[in-house]
Amino acid sequence: MRNSEPLLKVENLRVEVPTKRGTLVAVDDVSFSIAPGEVLGVVGESGAGKSLTGAAIIGLLEPPLRIAGGRIALAGRRIDTLPYEAMRRIRGKEIGAIFQDPLTSLNPLFTIGHQLVETVRTHLDLGPSEARARALSLLKEVGIAGADDRIAHYPHQFSGGMRQRVIIALALAANPRLIIADEPTTAPDVSIQAQIIALLKRLGRDHGTAIMLVTHDMRVIAETAHRVAVMYAGRIVEIGPVRTIVEQPSHPYTIGLMASIPRTAGRRDRLQQIDGTMPRLNAIPQGCPFNPRCIEAFDRCRRERPDLMAAKATEAACWLYADAKQPAHA
Amino acid sequence: MPERDVLLEVNDLERHFDVSPPALERLLRGKPRLALKALDGVTFSIKRGETFSLVGESGCGKTTVARCVVGLYRPTSGHIVFDGIDLGRLTRRKAMAPIRRRMQMIFQDPYASLNPRWRVRKIVAEPLVTHGLMADKAELRARVAELLEQVRLAPADGDKFPHEFSGGQRQRISIARALAADPEFLVCDEPTSALDVSVQAQILNLMKDLQRRLRLTYLFISHNLSVIYQISDRIGVMYLGRLVEVATADRLFAAPRHPYTRLLLETIPRLDPPDGALGEREPVAGEVPNPIAPPSGCAFHPRCPSANERCRQERPSLLAVGGTFVACHAVQEGRLPPA
Repeated sequence: MRNSEPLLKVENLRVEVPTKRGTLVAVDDVSFSIAPGEVLGVVGESGAGKSLTGAAIIGLLEPPLRIAGGRIALAGRRIDTLPYEAMRRIRGKEIGAIFQDPLTSLNPLFTIGHQLVETVRTHLDLGPSEARARALSLLKEVGIAGADDRIAHYPHQFSGGMRQRVIIALALAANPRLIIADEPTTAPDVSIQAQIIALLKRLGRDHGTAIMLVTHDMRVIAETAHRVAVMYAGRIVEIGPVRTIVEQPSHPYTIGLMASIPRTAGRRDRLQQIDGTMPRLNAIPQGCPFNPRCIEAFDRCRRERPDLMAAKATEAACWLYADAKQPAHA
Repeated sequence: MPERDVLLEVNDLERHFDVSPPALERLLRGKPRLALKALDGVTFSIKRGETFSLVGESGCGKTTVARCVVGLYRPTSGHIVFDGIDLGRLTRRKAMAPIRRRMQMIFQDPYASLNPRWRVRKIVAEPLVTHGLMADKAELRARVAELLEQVRLAPADGDKFPHEFSGGQRQRISIARALAADPEFLVCDEPTSALDVSVQAQILNLMKDLQRRLRLTYLFISHNLSVIYQISDRIGVMYLGRLVEVATADRLFAAPRHPYTRLLLETIPRLDPPDGALGEREPVAGEVPNPIAPPSGCAFHPRCPSANERCRQERPSLLAVGGTFVACHAVQEGRLPPA
């Protein structure tokens, strides 16, 4: 199932922000694809461009941010050049979105039943009672107990974790083929976080939904995703199967990132750290953007920007692996 | 005077918040007053040079403990004793000031806790000026430079404004400010929760270095269990305003006793989920109940697989079992053996 045609294909995506002092590149030459039923984790520090990549796909970049290059195709159909109205129909119907903040994604003035039915009827050709039945089954699907009563409740009557489930139910309303989930587990409680992870995994498995899971939490990705893209300074620096990225990362940034995650077995006197900070958009160094912080950096890294290339069992944008000489996107 | 081994003692601390409906509604509809017991009898102590951590989910009261300890909240009842001095007895500002200097707080959000209109130099110097510790301008400048270097920033950074720094660098500024008045005790409320993981490691390492160098004692608050594990000597697990388990970091993670601690540890997402686990590991259901009307007896009983009639009626106290302190009838009666 997972090796079929990619559902989402992003090629050489570039997102820019024009400013008074010139144009900044927030997402730079990003390419990846997601197959039906696959969960792709996108991990990176804040400002690495992971949320912007998600927003670009769903057509919700806030001006002055703009797509300045590349193409985005959903099931073979190009969507980045669609006019606003056509994109609006795709959003919700074919691509569902789950955002970080469950309070701002729900309208406080309407019951969640009202919001679900409205969303269902916007995208599907259903009568009022059928739409209500679908809303009920969505609430049950995301694990809301007593859905028959809860459907008449307002958002403020739900706890944080339950609200996050309602958001997921809304994203599922029209049975989208792709879900973009941006930090969906930044929920208040660890037990709720675990429940949301289980829910997302079930979606991919039972419905063949493709999921792009954007988060800074590598643990959530390790439990949920099949593949991982690691972003740094607007670029994908490494992409590969989740286990390989966790256990044998290739890019020095990924290696440092994995080592700096605090473990729960074996207390250390010091945690591994990567010195320095990610460059700001207006000060991205020449060559590899990671070179000033990289302990392996050599001359070429400071001059020339590396593309993704085969490295051990993943693809990494790092000159250390240049000997393999295999082009990444064949 | 010989140094006391125990620097901070918290005894049966309670803090209630009034969450009553508005007065008119109480009058017209006869609605009662409501109190939220954010802390319901919390007792622990911290030894000099130790890192004691409080962990728990949002709303468990861990931040309320921190705020009571530094004097931002007045306890409803109970005692906070710092180096032998009962803080509840120091009612006048003047009497409190020397203690205030000895304990400082680091907050979670490095964006909200630094005045955006002040230069870093002024921010870091503020405790020195407030406590009147340094009058001489040149001396003050030198001290600020020294503090900035201590947190691995450059003395020249003192001329900049907070917005010129990243989140991690801002947290370094917060730490420099906290250290300015030479405190012995730091209360750190989720100091790395707003930071990216690679930066988090830098800040945690810095805090450990400073602790060793300056002989600091930490009360550390976090919901992140792996951070807590790495930084703490001892850990207290909180649930609905009460401590349910207190143990050394190693013991708590190797042999958790309280069912809630076990639940917390099981739900940490794993970097190495067992094979075939993708989608299989269904977590325990349930959520933290409403703190305004907490369950009777043991507050955890509605979610607890080992709960019986006694748990529903009688509140367990924190008692020593093995080398751990645990508030659980099942563990204390021997019904729930170590995992």
